[in-house]
Amino acid sequence: MSQPYRWEMGARPPRGRSCAGTSRCAGSVGAVSTVSTAERSPLSRAFGDLAEGWRQRELWGHLGWQDIRQRYRRSLLGPLWITISMAVTAVALGILYAGLFGNPLETQLPYILVGFIVWGFISGCINEGSEVFVANEGLMKHLPSALSLHVYRLVWRQVLFFAHNLVVYAVMIVIFPQPLKWTDLAAIPAFGLLIVNGVWVALLAGILSTRFRDLVPISQSIVQLMFFLTPIVWIYSDLLNNPNPAVAERARIAEFNPFLHFIEIIRAPMLGQDQLLHHWLVVLGITVGGWVLTLLLLRRYRSRVAYWI
Amino acid sequence: MVSIHVDNASVDFPIFDAKSRSLKKTVLGLVGGNIATGAKVPTIEALRDITLDLEHGARVGLVGHNGAGKSTLLRVLSGIYEPTRGRAVVDGRVAPVFDLGVGMDPEISGYDNIIIRGLFLGMTRKQMEKRVDDIADFTELGDFLSMPLRTYSTGMRVRLALGVVTSIDPEILLLDEGIGAVDAAFLEKARQRLNDLVARSGLLVFASHSDEFLADLCDTAIWMEQGRVKEHGPLRQVIRSYKGRDPWSAGALDS
Repeated sequence: MSQPYRWEMGARPPRGRSCAGTSRCAGSVGAVSTVSTAERSPLSRAFGDLAEGWRQRELWGHLGWQDIRQRYRRSLLGPLWITISMAVTAVALGILYAGLFGNPLETQLPYILVGFIVWGFISGCINEGSEVFVANEGLMKHLPSALSLHVYRLVWRQVLFFAHNLVVYAVMIVIFPQPLKWTDLAAIPAFGLLIVNGVWVALLAGILSTRFRDLVPISQSIVQLMFFLTPIVWIYSDLLNNPNPAVAERARIAEFNPFLHFIEIIRAPMLGQDQLLHHWLVVLGITVGGWVLTLLLLRRYRSRVAYWI
Repeated sequence: MVSIHVDNASVDFPIFDAKSRSLKKTVLGLVGGNIATGAKVPTIEALRDITLDLEHGARVGLVGHNGAGKSTLLRVLSGIYEPTRGRAVVDGRVAPVFDLGVGMDPEISGYDNIIIRGLFLGMTRKQMEKRVDDIADFTELGDFLSMPLRTYSTGMRVRLALGVVTSIDPEILLLDEGIGAVDAAFLEKARQRLNDLVARSGLLVFASHSDEFLADLCDTAIWMEQGRVKEHGPLRQVIRSYKGRDPWSAGALDS
């Protein structure tokens, strides 16, 4: 890696500026189409990769669905199992922790359920993201495609999981009504932000761990650890308001956990709780910072990934 | 206009052994400061200073021994590998056909596989749906198309893959050999379709060891050796210098 690579010389300027937006190019979808024209800067190629992957949404949209159906092929209930297993987990853990913490079930269960649904999305993006290119080695070596294609497919799959789990939420809302208000529609842009972050996280994890394979088990261990450090089963506000000042002080450390803020901006509106502005600000900051970092990495190493797999 | 311009392109593969692929060596290397010996990743020079200009209508065969760089060159032309030095500029919709099986999912039906493979080759869903009947006709798979691919025999899979690949309209067609395992009667039919496909495409680069196929599809050839272009010219002439004899001369038939 010591050698400086001359990026402008690469083979795949993904259908240059000249054709961006024209109907012909938009129609001729495909990673496989390469119309190169003027020299492009490495950064605009990084953006080009993202745009090219986006143009192929017909493909990754299809593949994402396929992945889900694939997992439950030949089972009677099919993808409904996603919903069922989430319901079982939430109910069992809800009862368990309601008992352990002495919380009422109607508080503990919805809290755990929403936390689990959001966490499932986050951990899916990181864990599967770290393997996204290695897992698609066959495809990447035989069919040219934008890196982002594989990432979009992965994130789309996570969105579909999320959607299946929302069914459990809908049922839960009927059984344990939450004090929902119009402002709680903020959960929708919050989830949008989560998706936008999922893309850079998976892309970053994918590029780095394709080069350094040790990062796969490392990131998986970290994700597992973060599950316990993030308020998903334990209720953050309860600890903050704990009469014991030492406990309340320790709970405040959770503010340094970036996952807390992502969970909070979605969970608070979904449970009709007060929304705090600072969680939004932290998430927005991470979104910008994460994308800048990922774009820099993509600019530098986009074309190297094929050599690393 | 469809064209391929490769200018002094080289491809070096970094070879990470188990150790240098891990963080350990990088981290230790930084700490120890022993960059000269520790941090350098050995590389394999797969292509060296390739310069190539192909225009619309070119029908080029790639010949050379195993490991000469034919497949790597095809991957550079398809955009999978960007040259580490030099440049490659490819104008046109590229359809790379390197492995008939890749992108095929054994668990989904033949029909779904047709659509997905087509999307991977740069077609749209609508375009592929229009071609399904034609592909069904050609592959003679009939009702099997609604069965999962895993129920197919090897020959049936090849038929399906060939059916899809030969139904597309590429501007630049990159073919790597690996067309076999089909019964003779079908091969004759496949050859016709392959010829049609090549005729439809604006530019063909075809890596093969089969003189017969090369003669069928190509008029010029490139002889690759150790990652370099050793000779580029009319098919017959290149084959003659590559093989040391003319496979199509009367004398060759006797030997």
